[in-house]
Amino acid sequence: MDICRRKNGLEISDLDPFLAELLRQIPASTSVENSPAAKQRIFSAPANEAQKEMCSEWKAYVRPELQQLFRTATETVAADLEQLNGNEKSFANRTLLIPAKHAEAWLNALNQARLSIAARNEFTEGELGDNYRSPIGSRRDLSLFQVNFYGFLQEFILRELLGCGEGPSA
Amino acid sequence: MLGMAQSGWTLTVNTIDISASTVADPTIEKSTESEQELDVPWQVVVHNDPVNLMSYVTMVFQRVFGYPREKAERHMLEVHQQGRSILWSGVRERAELYVQQLHGYLLLATLEKVN
Repeated sequence: MDICRRKNGLEISDLDPFLAELLRQIPASTSVENSPAAKQRIFSAPANEAQKEMCSEWKAYVRPELQQLFRTATETVAADLEQLNGNEKSFANRTLLIPAKHAEAWLNALNQARLSIAARNEFTEGELGDNYRSPIGSRRDLSLFQVNFYGFLQEFILRELLGCGEGPSA
Repeated sequence: MLGMAQSGWTLTVNTIDISASTVADPTIEKSTESEQELDVPWQVVVHNDPVNLMSYVTMVFQRVFGYPREKAERHMLEVHQQGRSILWSGVRERAELYVQQLHGYLLLATLEKVN
């Protein structure tokens, strides 16, 4: 896989079918359905439980706006990912261009996906920071790889499209 | 009022009405100001999250609060090392807006009243 800065965006070329499939799974991974843990993380409370009025107003007025914001970002990414569609039986490597004007939507959707997957799997800080983990051997390992791969992509978008620095998890 | 209008002082009566409504407005505004004064001690707190990237959190702090990179990084490191950082404090309305923006970036942010 190669990542290259182009005039109008970020080009990911020579994508093998496995990584292309992981990218295709970004929109589905943002879903918080059937996962209270993911829902709780994506729509976290704005204050402690003692502030009941504030929390209920937030749920009524702010949460719908956040849902709309997250949905729009995911839809933008899903539309960009259509570039990867084609002959599903083909194992030829693919190319994806992330338009510079969609950088914010990608950052948002990738973050939704990472947070949602991490909450669903209850990854510990140790697991998330383990750079020497053995190769993928289980569904859980695959999910952890997915979180790290999406994070790697976020770093590139931050650095190449938004001019920000790099670093590990906060 | 009715008696005055019948005696031909309609203009005067209208003037008094307008004055009365003009006087009412500052009273409402003054009340709002005192509520805001009571609301001053609120703070925006960001909590540690092992998933969010350091560079992403720094970028969010720069964008939302307009902090220079060094200050944004200091807060990001405080979140990372101490579990939380107070990003801003002031009136409630603005603090709520900041928390809403931070949630839009999917950071763990809360609004707290200063003791």
